[in-house]
Amino acid sequence: MLKFALRRLGVAVLVALTVSLLTFSMIYLSGDPAMALAGETATQSDIENIRRVYGYDQPIIVQYLSWLGNALQGDLGRSHYLKTDVSEVIFARLPNTMILGGTAITFALILAIPLGVVAAIRPNSIIDRIALTIAVIGQALPSFWFALILIFFLGITFRLLPITGTSSWMNFIMPSIALGYYVTPGVMRLTRAGMLEVLGSDYIRTAKAKGLRPVTVLFKHALRNAIIPVVSLAAVQFGFMLGGSIVIETIFAINGLGFLAWESIQRADLPMMQAIVLVLSIIYILITFLADIMNAWLDPRIRVN
Amino acid sequence: MFRKLLATTAIALAATVIAAPSVMAGKANDTLVWTTDREAAVADPYYNNTRELVIIGNTVWDGLLFRDLDTGEFKPLLATSFKWVDNVTIDFDLREDVVFHDGSKFGPEDVVYTVKHVSNKDNGVLTFKNVSWMKDAEQTGPNSVRIHLHKPFPAALAYFAQAVFMMPEGHYDSAPKNAEGKQDFGTVQPVGTGPYQITEIVAGEKIVMKRNENYMKNGPKGTPAIGNLVYRTIKEGNTQIAELLTGAIDWMWDVPKDQADRLNESGQVTVENAKTMRVSYMAFDVDGDSGQKYFMDKKVRMAVAHAINRESIVKNLVGPASVVIPSACHPDQFGCAQDVPTWDYNPEKAKKLLAEAGYPEGFEFDIYAYRQREFTEAVISDLAKIGIKAKMNYMQYRKLRDLVWKGTTPINHMTWGSNSIPDVSAITSHFFSGGRDDPAKDPEVIAALEKADTSTDLAVREAEYKKALTKISGELYWLPMFTYAKYYAFSKDLDFKTTPDEIPRFYTAKWK
Repeated sequence: MLKFALRRLGVAVLVALTVSLLTFSMIYLSGDPAMALAGETATQSDIENIRRVYGYDQPIIVQYLSWLGNALQGDLGRSHYLKTDVSEVIFARLPNTMILGGTAITFALILAIPLGVVAAIRPNSIIDRIALTIAVIGQALPSFWFALILIFFLGITFRLLPITGTSSWMNFIMPSIALGYYVTPGVMRLTRAGMLEVLGSDYIRTAKAKGLRPVTVLFKHALRNAIIPVVSLAAVQFGFMLGGSIVIETIFAINGLGFLAWESIQRADLPMMQAIVLVLSIIYILITFLADIMNAWLDPRIRVN
Repeated sequence: MFRKLLATTAIALAATVIAAPSVMAGKANDTLVWTTDREAAVADPYYNNTRELVIIGNTVWDGLLFRDLDTGEFKPLLATSFKWVDNVTIDFDLREDVVFHDGSKFGPEDVVYTVKHVSNKDNGVLTFKNVSWMKDAEQTGPNSVRIHLHKPFPAALAYFAQAVFMMPEGHYDSAPKNAEGKQDFGTVQPVGTGPYQITEIVAGEKIVMKRNENYMKNGPKGTPAIGNLVYRTIKEGNTQIAELLTGAIDWMWDVPKDQADRLNESGQVTVENAKTMRVSYMAFDVDGDSGQKYFMDKKVRMAVAHAINRESIVKNLVGPASVVIPSACHPDQFGCAQDVPTWDYNPEKAKKLLAEAGYPEGFEFDIYAYRQREFTEAVISDLAKIGIKAKMNYMQYRKLRDLVWKGTTPINHMTWGSNSIPDVSAITSHFFSGGRDDPAKDPEVIAALEKADTSTDLAVREAEYKKALTKISGELYWLPMFTYAKYYAFSKDLDFKTTPDEIPRFYTAKWK
């Protein structure tokens, strides 16, 4: 088990390094960072001066290795645009993204799992059809459009919720729904399929024959097994939400990591982009690892194997 | 290190979950909240060159001079008078009643310190050309200074009014050092003398300002009426509109024309279209460096000029405050002659010229753009009508400018804002003085601009600029397109006057 974990960790580190090298190169391919920093009206001499003062005149590989060396010592560098330590900015904005990701995945699970279970108990019924409709709509709606619809009704027409910012918990309701709804169909379908399979198995028939209450059969015996693939999917989706919440953070002006990443790409803020990629990679690896542990806890067969 | 970061995260998490008071906008709270789509984390006009910091720079800091937008005249602001000693030396007498936001008194030593700091190349001022023309400064009396220029620079007054802001002596000395041992000057707590002072900066979210109660009396900027000013970053335009309609913000700009029309019809907010100093132009590869040689032939350039319906673009896409321009500059800039060769919309003439140039069936080429895609698409559509097929290459500005400098763009459709400097030297001289931005490197144009840029005789300057602009438009090195106009939308409670230079003066705004 330890050997397996170490091997996986090694691969994950290599993936993180590759991604960071690619990010570094791609930012250069999209244009000169010194030009981005110098601004639109800068002259050639202004840009050359910026390049010299901020170290962009070094060969790209030297810049990358210098960044990597510092990162390995815990120094992620300073943002040339924000004029502050990259790590401070990232860890100040990470909570907003974590809250958004956490509440969105919670919303998705709270909506999707009961719907999936109900749809499995009554397959092909009207409830199943309603659940399917919800799933299809969730998959078909682009999240930015759904977000704008929410803003229109809940923010402007009925004025029930604040639209932008992060000043209170109410600010996270609309973004969480908009972000979480996109995940709902997958989770719901997986829950439904898992439950249908489990409910038809022998041990469930035995449990029913023993006279156990239907609720006990459903939640203690059936759902626990059916939910194992859902845990893996939810973990992957949570990672996706942390790294991929750019659109939602942008629409709702949430000062999080996704928004920071987008801004950093636009202004070619190399140290910031590198650090964001690194931090998100590490978080993603951790989430996947935790999902494995949770699966093992839910299913003893995984532990034994 | 890890503990510190963990603590930062925990504090930020707690601060987010425990409801904090949000920014309260509007007349009732005496707080004007304005928004744009950009992050303004560094609140120093020398170390952040976004438009937002140009606006905040003029709100929180003062220059030695002030430009009266109604008359175009330069008036003393932190100075009481100024005088050209010769064409490379200017003397200023300073006001004695000005204090910085930290309570310290403003004086000549602050001017000397600021000029010495910003004109030092090693200090990394981002838009160095705004200050590079200053050589040195010296105190000449208890309330007077002398500023030396590297060479004659008649546009200096415009820069003293809009780009050279005064910092207190020693302001940047405490800037922290980065890993390489260099000081990060943009991190210093902002201190100015302007109508508003910065009280809080939340990177990526907002900059909070309050009225400077000790602001100079009887100054040309007047006395600020609104108590608090908050800048907020809201990236998405639709969200900005939603927040304006719900009263969470009071002011926004860059509203697309269709949405501005709808907002105007709703009557819920005030919508205005105002001109800006930005112009649109198309630069031709007149040397054929890009490998696509079509535009080396003046007849082809003329065909393109006659094929594009600039009036239609202005009317249907830009807005009523926009105008078609004949010269390679903004009509409001000093020296921007308007009586230069013009190219009317005439597709039939364009087809004829194209045939004369040897392309009766047209040709295919690459057009490059970075801003307002729909404007360039309108150009492509017009060119298609005479048989020229333009392939769109749309990219980020920094990438495109690199390509322009390398000479690989047959036509680049660009814009230029001149840093809102009302002088032709901020645009025509930038592009046609023989540098990498110059598509033609025409010796006649270069000589005329050199003479105009260094003469202090206004008549000479005007005549030389006209000579250069006539050649540029006549030879079609550029096809000047139109001036940009912006749609503003703001609260009905707000008495706000739009300005023609894209620098909103919030210190003159008041509640109705």
